[in-house]
Amino acid sequence: MNPLKKVIYNCKQATLLIEKRQIRKLSFRESIELRIHLAGCSMCKLYNKQSQIINQMVLQLFHDTELQVSTLSLDENFKKELQDRIEGELNK
Amino acid sequence: MVTEKQLLDPHHWVKAHADYLYSYTLSRLNDEEQAKDLVQETFLAALEKVDRFEGKSSERTWLTAILKNKIIDVYRKKSSGLANIAEQKAEEEQKDFFEEDNGHWTQAHQPLPFGIEDHEPLRGKEFNHILQLCMQKLPAMWMSVFTMKHMDEATTEFICSELRVTQANFWVIIHRAKLSLRACLQKNWI
Repeated sequence: MNPLKKVIYNCKQATLLIEKRQIRKLSFRESIELRIHLAGCSMCKLYNKQSQIINQMVLQLFHDTELQVSTLSLDENFKKELQDRIEGELNK
Repeated sequence: MVTEKQLLDPHHWVKAHADYLYSYTLSRLNDEEQAKDLVQETFLAALEKVDRFEGKSSERTWLTAILKNKIIDVYRKKSSGLANIAEQKAEEEQKDFFEEDNGHWTQAHQPLPFGIEDHEPLRGKEFNHILQLCMQKLPAMWMSVFTMKHMDEATTEFICSELRVTQANFWVIIHRAKLSLRACLQKNWI
């Protein structure tokens, strides 16, 4: 099988290109191959959509976690000991 | 334009930044004890570098940069040695995703709709919870690459050199991590 056909009929290769495309620009050849594959493969089309949604949600999740500072705060004892230790180091 | 030179004030570090650094770490490592250790290590390492602070960034940005390096160290340690077993296991699981001879999705693993594809991504707590669990299941190396790429938007070159993976391997990992994550969501959400 020639390499072009390989991607056009191969979902494993196509999903790799879908992941690549979200990070860097595909080569001309890669982008044609993927377009042809997606035109004929509803499963990879769905994968493509889901993959993008997952990226968005992961980003959102990280962002939310960072915002939750108040609920994730360190206990006061730990903080006090830590500041004491810093003061100790400063007075050395 | 007047740019104010930033100053360091170690007497207020804990009060001003400890919670922030802690949550920053937790969102990337998800291990409370380890996060505490890293926050502590960050402050202590920072004290030793106080002389080298040039005042070009804010105190918090500077401390976060020190912390980031420590997190990458943890990624690196986690991804080496014994951790490879988890990776092998996850790779093994993926063998069933596609037909061996032609690379088509197998019937058992083909993507099914989550029911959230066509609207504004659902920000439901439940879905986020499952997403979090699925991410924790990823082998350490995959999780590290995935997090650095998507959360910190690090360049591919930077990730490859920090985690010591080749470019080719980087793409394999990015691909595998997403395949696993998507499959886990499908299994636990639908």
